[in-house]
Amino acid sequence: MTKEILIVTELWNGSFRKISLEALSEGKRLATQLGASLTAVVLGASVEDQAKTLAAFGADTILMADDPGLATFRACEYTNVVAGIIGDRAPGIVLFGATRRGRELSARVAARLSAGLAVECAGFTLEENRLVATRAMYGGKVIATVDIDGDIQMASIRPNVFEVAKVPGNGKLERLSVDPGKSNVTVLEEKIEVSTKAELTEADYIVSGGRGMEGEDFSVLEELAAVLGGAVGASRNAVDLGWRPQSDQVGQTGKVVSPKLYIACGISGAMQHVAGMSTSDIIVGINNDPDALIFRVSDYCIVDDLFEVVPAITAALKA
Amino acid sequence: MDIIVLMKQVPDTEAPVEIAEQGNSLDAEDLKWAINPYDEFALEEALLIKENRDDVTVTVVTVGPDRVAEAIRVAYAMGVDNAIHINDEYDDETFAAADAWTTAKIIAKVLEETPYDLIIAGNRGVDDDNYQVPAFVSGMLDIPMITLVNSQKIEGSEIVCEQAIDGGTATVKASLPALITANKGLNEPRYPAFRAIMKAKKKAVDEREPEEIGLDAKTLGTTGAKVKIRTLEFPPERAEGMHIQGASPVDKAKELVRLLREEANVI
Ligand SMILES: Cc1cc2nc3c(=O)[nH]c(=O)nc-3n(C[C@H](O)[C@H](O)[C@H](O)COP(=O)(O)OP(=O)(O)OC[C@H]3O[C@@H](n4cnc5c(N)ncnc54)[C@H](O)[C@@H]3O)c2cc1C
Ligand SMILES: Nc1ncnc2c1ncn2[C@@H]1O[C@H](COP(=O)(O)O)[C@@H](O)[C@H]1O
Repeated sequence: MTKEILIVTELWNGSFRKISLEALSEGKRLATQLGASLTAVVLGASVEDQAKTLAAFGADTILMADDPGLATFRACEYTNVVAGIIGDRAPGIVLFGATRRGRELSARVAARLSAGLAVECAGFTLEENRLVATRAMYGGKVIATVDIDGDIQMASIRPNVFEVAKVPGNGKLERLSVDPGKSNVTVLEEKIEVSTKAELTEADYIVSGGRGMEGEDFSVLEELAAVLGGAVGASRNAVDLGWRPQSDQVGQTGKVVSPKLYIACGISGAMQHVAGMSTSDIIVGINNDPDALIFRVSDYCIVDDLFEVVPAITAALKA
Repeated sequence: MDIIVLMKQVPDTEAPVEIAEQGNSLDAEDLKWAINPYDEFALEEALLIKENRDDVTVTVVTVGPDRVAEAIRVAYAMGVDNAIHINDEYDDETFAAADAWTTAKIIAKVLEETPYDLIIAGNRGVDDDNYQVPAFVSGMLDIPMITLVNSQKIEGSEIVCEQAIDGGTATVKASLPALITANKGLNEPRYPAFRAIMKAKKKAVDEREPEEIGLDAKTLGTTGAKVKIRTLEFPPERAEGMHIQGASPVDKAKELVRLLREEANVI
């Protein structure tokens, strides 16, 4: 029977990603139902201060792999350490955040341990003490309920789906001495733009622009996003035209997002775009074509010129 | 040098889907299929490497039922040299039950006996969004994996790639054989002419069944899969959207903000 649920957390720019807190909160809910303990795993260098904060989100034990070799994310080294910890402790359930790193790390760890891994999960139930997961497939067109085989059930969660709840746990901090081992990939150079922009997949509010933006000046969208405290996204057309970076693209060949509010401006609403945003809580479509497909998935539809409507929304929010 | 491209056929995203009667797979009957878009980048990259050197053989490896023949024709028309198709359509249930694990197991087994210097896969399948097969294959073969590659260069027995990482890019190096996964933006895939696709019908496909590559079908399918789909359901339908009326864009904007505050409670 599952005695321990393990959450593999992720640090970004010195603090935990929101998705790690979401995973902990969901882990706590499952742990309470199972009578299991909740363990958070933290990898990094000099991360004790951050690690301690996880007690407030239900962690009974905080395993800290604090090593200079883990200062930045390195897929091979992180896999060695996480697979080692899971192998030693044999927890019944392991949760990751389905971030870029989480996806790669979870898949590598599952490969190492021959464990079953259900990715991008949006809900869990327990049946006979085993995890049953639901997840979107086929670009959100269907929802699958899946069983995960094996003694160690692994899953990753979609950002922005689970509530973060502050529930105190014992918060016992355990420092692990780990060996990150060797990598079969050498990093020659890293270029990181430290941006203050909210990460698209974690943003609660997203204002996206498409070809209707007519050029690379997205300032009306940026101003609205700033007032909302959100991020700016884009359709593939806007990216392919060179108006926005690839990292802003929402859709089938871009990011999958599920914010509280998604405002699509000058985006026609092609299937491949909708595949990346259909799980948003509230969708607003702004398009001057009354027949635009985006209105089929929108909760609120405005047929008008985005260059007039969007600044007016920003002004109304500020008022 | 031998380049392997891992190619998957997926339902065309434009096409609506139906759920099959037994409830845990799609009804394949009226589905339109296409090459996974990320695998088109993978194919294109292999062909670009081939065009720049005179020692390259590109082989597509694909696991799937009979219908995959169509995708193979497109790959041939694009310019690949060989295709290995492991056909898992001898038992409907097996097909429905294939998961990333069983798929990777089949691919890794084939590659034990197929020469490779570089394996190019897609970042993800847009059908199952698993992001797993490449990690499993590289793990099973014990070779380096570089994900989300934006550009690559082969230098002797090494490959240097620029990959997307959180907040930026990294330049990394690995020795061959290695596996890389294609990010969008790696290249612009070519689209073969219809005639070329028709002509490709004549090309031979190395088609095998799992037993022929030395895997017991019983360890695949329902028994072998680690993640088993119990049911598929349609997501709850979105209620029809409200059209916001107003005399001017400003009025509409004000009404939207009111609704977002008072009705939707999102701001
Ligand atoms: C394999 C594949 C993968 C793909 N992946 C993605 C993906 O990940 N993401 C993605 O977005 N697309 C993707 N696409 C492309 C997708 O099919 C569409 O072509 C794309 O989403 C359209 O972008 P758009 O809506 O910006 O442009 P358009 O379809 O050109 O729409 C522009 C819209 O702006 C409106 N408009 C113009 N001016 C104004 C104005 N002043 N005010 C208000 N509205 C205005 C127009 O009425 C129109 O509806 C993919 C396609 C393929 C084949
Ligand atoms: N059935 C398959 N046959 C060949 N390659 C596959 C298959 N499934 C997945 N792949 C490869 O693995 C990548 C990621 O797929 P997935 O793990 O399903 O998201 C794809 O882009 C392909 O390159």
